[in-house]
Amino acid sequence: MQLITAQALLGLNVGVFYAMLSLGLAVIFGLLNIINFAHGAMYMLGAFVALIGYSYLEQWFGISLQIGFWGSLIMAPLVVGLLGIIIERTMLKRLANLDHIYGLLLTFGITLILQGLFANYFNVSGTPYPGQPEVLSGVLNLGFMYFPTYRMFAIVFSLVVCFATWYVIEHTRLGSRLRAGVENPQLTQAFGLNVPLMVTLTFGFGAALAGLAGVLAAPIYSVSPLMGADLIIVVFAVVVIGGMGSIMGAILTGLALGLVEGMTKVFYPPAANTVIFFLMVLVLLFRPAGLFGKEQ
Amino acid sequence: MMNKVLFAIMLIAGLIAPFLAYPVFVMDLLCFALFACAFNLLLGYAGLLSFGHAAFFGGAAYIAGHALKVWGFPPLLGILTGTAFAFLIGIVFGFLAIRRQGIYFAMVTLALAQIIYFLCLQLPFTGGENGLQGIPRGELFGLFSLDNELTMYYLVFAIFLIGFGIIYRTVHSPFGEVLQAIRENEPRALSLGYDVDRFKLLAFVLSATMAGLAGSTKALVFQFASLTSAHWQTSGEVVLMTLVGGLGTVFGPVLGAVTVATLTHELGSFGSWVQVILGTIFVIVVLVFRRGIIGEIHHFVEQRKAARTSADND
Repeated sequence: MQLITAQALLGLNVGVFYAMLSLGLAVIFGLLNIINFAHGAMYMLGAFVALIGYSYLEQWFGISLQIGFWGSLIMAPLVVGLLGIIIERTMLKRLANLDHIYGLLLTFGITLILQGLFANYFNVSGTPYPGQPEVLSGVLNLGFMYFPTYRMFAIVFSLVVCFATWYVIEHTRLGSRLRAGVENPQLTQAFGLNVPLMVTLTFGFGAALAGLAGVLAAPIYSVSPLMGADLIIVVFAVVVIGGMGSIMGAILTGLALGLVEGMTKVFYPPAANTVIFFLMVLVLLFRPAGLFGKEQ
Repeated sequence: MMNKVLFAIMLIAGLIAPFLAYPVFVMDLLCFALFACAFNLLLGYAGLLSFGHAAFFGGAAYIAGHALKVWGFPPLLGILTGTAFAFLIGIVFGFLAIRRQGIYFAMVTLALAQIIYFLCLQLPFTGGENGLQGIPRGELFGLFSLDNELTMYYLVFAIFLIGFGIIYRTVHSPFGEVLQAIRENEPRALSLGYDVDRFKLLAFVLSATMAGLAGSTKALVFQFASLTSAHWQTSGEVVLMTLVGGLGTVFGPVLGAVTVATLTHELGSFGSWVQVILGTIFVIVVLVFRRGIIGEIHHFVEQRKAARTSADND
């Protein structure tokens, strides 16, 4: 029982990363109609911003400054979001009127570039992130079991970010404008809203979410140029299972599938890598549009 | 006309290549060229972007390798076994993937291919990270030893030509025309009474099978089935090859495969920079060079023709 609850929490920990990444993909897909293949690379980039900010600023740039974990939680999303904005403005914009697969291919190319660049300077098998704050080290007594404090923090923090995003999109003025842009860009523009700017900022925001997930992951997993590579494919499967129609759907599917993966680790470890893909097969067979998707 | 000239060039180049370059390298190019042609059948003609073709290419290599090594199959039967495996998973993956369209189709194929990748990594007979090694080349028809590089080369070239021919015939048949109609406008093809899903599935299975043929052959040539061949990066590479050469052209994928594979080979000593360079080419091709090499040539010829006709009419 102890083992099961522990694995459930660990699964939930993975689940919040799935949720944050698929949420970012869904937000971007809503407005731009493209799938950002570079999402995994942006997650990796977020982790590296944290690592470089902590350990390499002095050595590389001669700046005697150390950006700690809390600083990285702000820095990394800004850096990654800015990169997203640049990519959208300089490249994706030109593909807006073409078949959407070109957006996927472009971001695939960007993934290769980012991964290759970091693989030149960092060990592919990973560098541990040393900057985990003192407050979050140690274990937490949950009454019925002990759980690492940092992981608990990561779960709660990510959930707050996910639900805040959901709230903004579904229940605020800003969100209603975004949804109008998704529904009918021409009409929204005719009402005087700057849709191209919304598109750019949305892409930046989605990228920033990936970067934030990367920072949160850095103290748990070792920071590696390939950390986002296989993850992004799992997140694609999550997105296919959930369907990209709904923000809440993306969050819930991510959490649920993290849990499922955690449970698989208890009951049949060899399938832990693939269980989500098999679930995707089932969903395709019985509910092709996805759990939260609308039939087209 | 242009196709005939290009075919003649390809035939002659293929026949003399082993005397000009290292035969194993040329065989590698031929396998990738066939792989790219198979992929092009799907994306270039049916408009379906599969991001999981490495599963057929790499998966078939493992099965062919196992059949040759452990079951002691003769070379051609080994290749056929691998190809048959690609055919079978092609049916399953195709059936599942065509339930979604466009970008979802790409994501589904990518995720399905990841299952095959993990199987290649985890199943007991695959050799894990090291891949399946020590596959014997054997003797063709029990007569000609394939350890002779030239014999091996001409067998590979023959297999390539057969695969290429099958794909060419498919594309230039009424079936191929329907595929292109689906690519251009799926609802219209549907309303004309074509069973769109069946056509898509057939194209998918044929493409998967040919990719499997290429992968099995590669395993025989290198006596090795590698995990890299089944990785999603290989799926990405075949997309790049097809795009660089020219999507939806007959010879584009061949040229693209030769270009990209040669580049990767030449840049091998640069380590991770190869990825950066491939990624950059990807970005450039998608942004400004979407017709690809052969596509640009076609476009140029067409434009001149159009200019000449309009000049004649004046």
